[in-house]
Amino acid sequence: MLFALVLLPLIGALFAWVVPDNRLRPLTLPVVATIHLVLTALLVGNAPPPSPGGWIWLDPLGKVVLLCISLLFAVCAFYAVGYLAYRQKRSNRILCMGLLVCLSAMGLVTITQHLGLLWVALETTTVSMAPLIYFNQNARSIEATWKYLLICSVGIALALLGLLFLAYSTYVAHRDATLLLGPLMASARELNAGWFHAAAIFLLVGYGSKMGLAPLHTWKPDAYGEAPGLVGALLAGGLVNCAFLSILRVYQICLASGTEIHFFQQTLVGMGLVSMAFAAVFMAHQSDFKRMLAYSSVEHVGILAIGLGLGKGGLYGALFHLLNNGLTKGVLFLSSGNIHRSYSNKTTDVVKGALTRLPWSGGLFLAGFIAITGSPPFSPFISEYTIVSSAFIEGRHLVGWLFLLFLVIVFIGMALTVLPMVMGAPPTDTEPTDYEDRLLTVGPPFFMMAVILVLGIWPPGFLVTLLKDGAVMLGAQP
Amino acid sequence: MSAFADQLLVLVMLINLVMLGTSRLVFSIRAVAVQGVILGILPGLINPFSGHLAGITAGIILAKGIVIPYLIGNAVHKAQIRREVEPFIGYVSTLLLGAVFTALSFAFAEKLPLAPEHKDLLFVPASIATLLTGFLILTTRRKAISQVIGYLVMENGIFVFGLLLTEAMPVMVEAGALLDLLVGIFVMGIVINHISREFSSIDTSRLRALKEE
Amino acid sequence: MTDIIIHCAVALLFPPLLLGIIGKTKAAFAGRVGAPYLQPYYDLIKLFRKGSVFSETTTWVFRAGPVVTLSATLIAVLLIPLGRHAAPLSFSGDMILFAYLFGLSRFFTTIAALDTGSSFEGMGAAREVTFSCLVEPTLFFTLITLARMSKSLTLSTILIYPTPAIWLAAGASMLLLVGALFITLLAENCRIPFDDPNTHLELTMIHEVMVLDHSGPAFGIILYGAALKLFILGAVFVNVALPLATGNPLVDWAIFVVAMMALAVAIGVVESVMARLRLVRIPQLLVGATILSAFALLLVLR
Repeated sequence: MLFALVLLPLIGALFAWVVPDNRLRPLTLPVVATIHLVLTALLVGNAPPPSPGGWIWLDPLGKVVLLCISLLFAVCAFYAVGYLAYRQKRSNRILCMGLLVCLSAMGLVTITQHLGLLWVALETTTVSMAPLIYFNQNARSIEATWKYLLICSVGIALALLGLLFLAYSTYVAHRDATLLLGPLMASARELNAGWFHAAAIFLLVGYGSKMGLAPLHTWKPDAYGEAPGLVGALLAGGLVNCAFLSILRVYQICLASGTEIHFFQQTLVGMGLVSMAFAAVFMAHQSDFKRMLAYSSVEHVGILAIGLGLGKGGLYGALFHLLNNGLTKGVLFLSSGNIHRSYSNKTTDVVKGALTRLPWSGGLFLAGFIAITGSPPFSPFISEYTIVSSAFIEGRHLVGWLFLLFLVIVFIGMALTVLPMVMGAPPTDTEPTDYEDRLLTVGPPFFMMAVILVLGIWPPGFLVTLLKDGAVMLGAQP
Repeated sequence: MSAFADQLLVLVMLINLVMLGTSRLVFSIRAVAVQGVILGILPGLINPFSGHLAGITAGIILAKGIVIPYLIGNAVHKAQIRREVEPFIGYVSTLLLGAVFTALSFAFAEKLPLAPEHKDLLFVPASIATLLTGFLILTTRRKAISQVIGYLVMENGIFVFGLLLTEAMPVMVEAGALLDLLVGIFVMGIVINHISREFSSIDTSRLRALKEE
Repeated sequence: MTDIIIHCAVALLFPPLLLGIIGKTKAAFAGRVGAPYLQPYYDLIKLFRKGSVFSETTTWVFRAGPVVTLSATLIAVLLIPLGRHAAPLSFSGDMILFAYLFGLSRFFTTIAALDTGSSFEGMGAAREVTFSCLVEPTLFFTLITLARMSKSLTLSTILIYPTPAIWLAAGASMLLLVGALFITLLAENCRIPFDDPNTHLELTMIHEVMVLDHSGPAFGIILYGAALKLFILGAVFVNVALPLATGNPLVDWAIFVVAMMALAVAIGVVESVMARLRLVRIPQLLVGATILSAFALLLVLR
């Protein structure tokens, strides 16, 4: 069953490669995504026991990430059909294949318990996303692709060195060198401290650059800015969460070691605050709304890192925020993609009055903005509130106040870009393109927005249990 | 045998320095290929023979010694570029920096305790030195191809360390890592091709449209 | 006592022959018959029979240049062991004297060149000094590495120290040292690829330009001193690169002489197959040699 999560998208990719028709090909996406979502629902409800050898197991942490990815991908898949109908001049073969291969690799990230395999899967997501960023095939997108590919590859390479250090630390401790999570955690207290410390640093830097934690985030605005909206949604909601899951795995081992965890937590909080600060500074006067979303993503990975670094109550918040951020970013990127298509411009100099020209997309963008900045009643409010309140409960007042301060600055900065964009009168000197809101381009993000609202008002019981199980794995009180 | 492994590791470090000092891209690519082949030979020298080992040796030599250099060489040929013209930092300076980094990596290796059977081997300093050299090439050179070469050198450095764990690592992970590297380089080659078509040059310092105002 | 006599005899009489062998090798590569092996001796005899012309603008410095250079080199030759035989003159720390004797001879060569007041020779002097700045660290690193390995500061000990067993144990460092020493040998003696000893009137040359104003016996002294310098560095190289010892003193002497001849052939081959480097590339190669020797030191220190 679990292997189906990996194999199904690969078969779909093969299928997308074979289908010759540019109009029919995108239909493979929703078909695969629907089956994937059903599979995910079944597996999350009733996970099979670990595979013999312990390589494959869907634990609660994996479940949370898998749920988020599968849901987001399903929404993006339906949206893709509507979006690609407007982009018929360009072959979408590579796009469809890349999306499906990436889904397969993301699935593998969530179900594996072997850190080496997880690394391979994560690297696969990096490489498979590169051609998608280059979908528009112009000078700007090639620049973005190059920066993305190089920085992420280097980061991931450093993570590999970290993994090797980790394996060597078991070897020096006279145990069989292994990268399986279970045995690593069992022997964590005996690991050689020097090697383990070096491993933790390299892994944090490596996965952190993939996740986009400042100061390793420099590729993010470029890649998010130039990629099509739906690719941006998957980057911000899918890849980021996969990288975060990898950091969670390292966190688990650090936790089991008992000593390394303090350093790891402090570094996470520090990097998280720096990320939020960077985002707050660069978001002000950001005229390119897609780049603004990228900085918002930097801000939110910062929030995730802080939640994780605070430990205890923050853990639940971080896991919940992982889900909320992924879905909300999906709404924002998809609706911003629609707006971009209609104005064929992505700067606020031209884009004005989106609410008048595109009531649905503009409205969704506005709602997404309200949600992502942490306003009630949407679910990001709850997760951010959980994190910040845990900071004060833990007595980390400075962290808490800085967190709130950055949130306020980000809110103002983002509002200064979003509100003129959505409100007001559309420009009269530029003609709208042939894009108009249709069911397939607006329905999917609308559905996701509804999910966010429901999660904010009435989070379903099974999800709360799942998140709590996950938090317990990370050391929270049961 | 392990004494011979050490000599080979010294050779790896020397190749690093050669790469820092040369401006000819084709020469750098060959140097990387030689490094890859040495990487393939090394596990056989420090581990007893096994099928797993033979597979790794063949895989590394094939991927790092033949296929990847061929892919990059192809990109060089298509972009019709032969030299790295003006790096951000001159050759003599990078060479000296490389030497300093090598010395530092020896100092760093002193700090980390090795398993008794690896005590006298140069794997750790060679690995760190190669990693840093790759980083140096990556950051100081302008041409996209030089940057890819830098990335490869970095990967080689990581592999040098990985060789200590050849026996302990499952084949699947190693094969996956190699395959990812291969595909990554392949994609980079394609991107380079597009860069040279779009900008009529593969000078990455021309990639500067995207920045904050 | 026999060894000392042989040492002096070999050191005094043998060097010009090396130049003859190099010339013959190059001629063979070019497909010519070439000058006889003993041609450098004939040249020297011819020069010593001639009279000298000294420019009116020069002072005693100009005349002292060749003499001081030669005497410094002659002292240096007494400090190094030839083959497996200890040097006639040795004390702890003589490696430093050895290195500075080279410095002294270089200083007098350049200052004599500057004394002529010719801009052409001044340029040569500037280049010579610049490049020697880059060569000297290599020589020092090499000697320090060997000193560290042999735990001694006496040239006779550290240069006889390398044995086949050492080569097997620390092959990498030794190989690096040999590479660095060979580059030093070529650079110090103004051979291709650093300088071309055969050109006299090109803007690119380094050493030869400095001695243009010398004539007759003074020039003969310079030529002989250059041959002696080649011999000294060659001997250092051979001691490190070919650590063979049979125990029989006479056989060892024979091995040494044959090895020196082989080295001369090797230099001839290098000069035949390589082109002279562009001037801007020379520092790069010299820095490379320095790094090689520093790296060898690093490996030994570890």
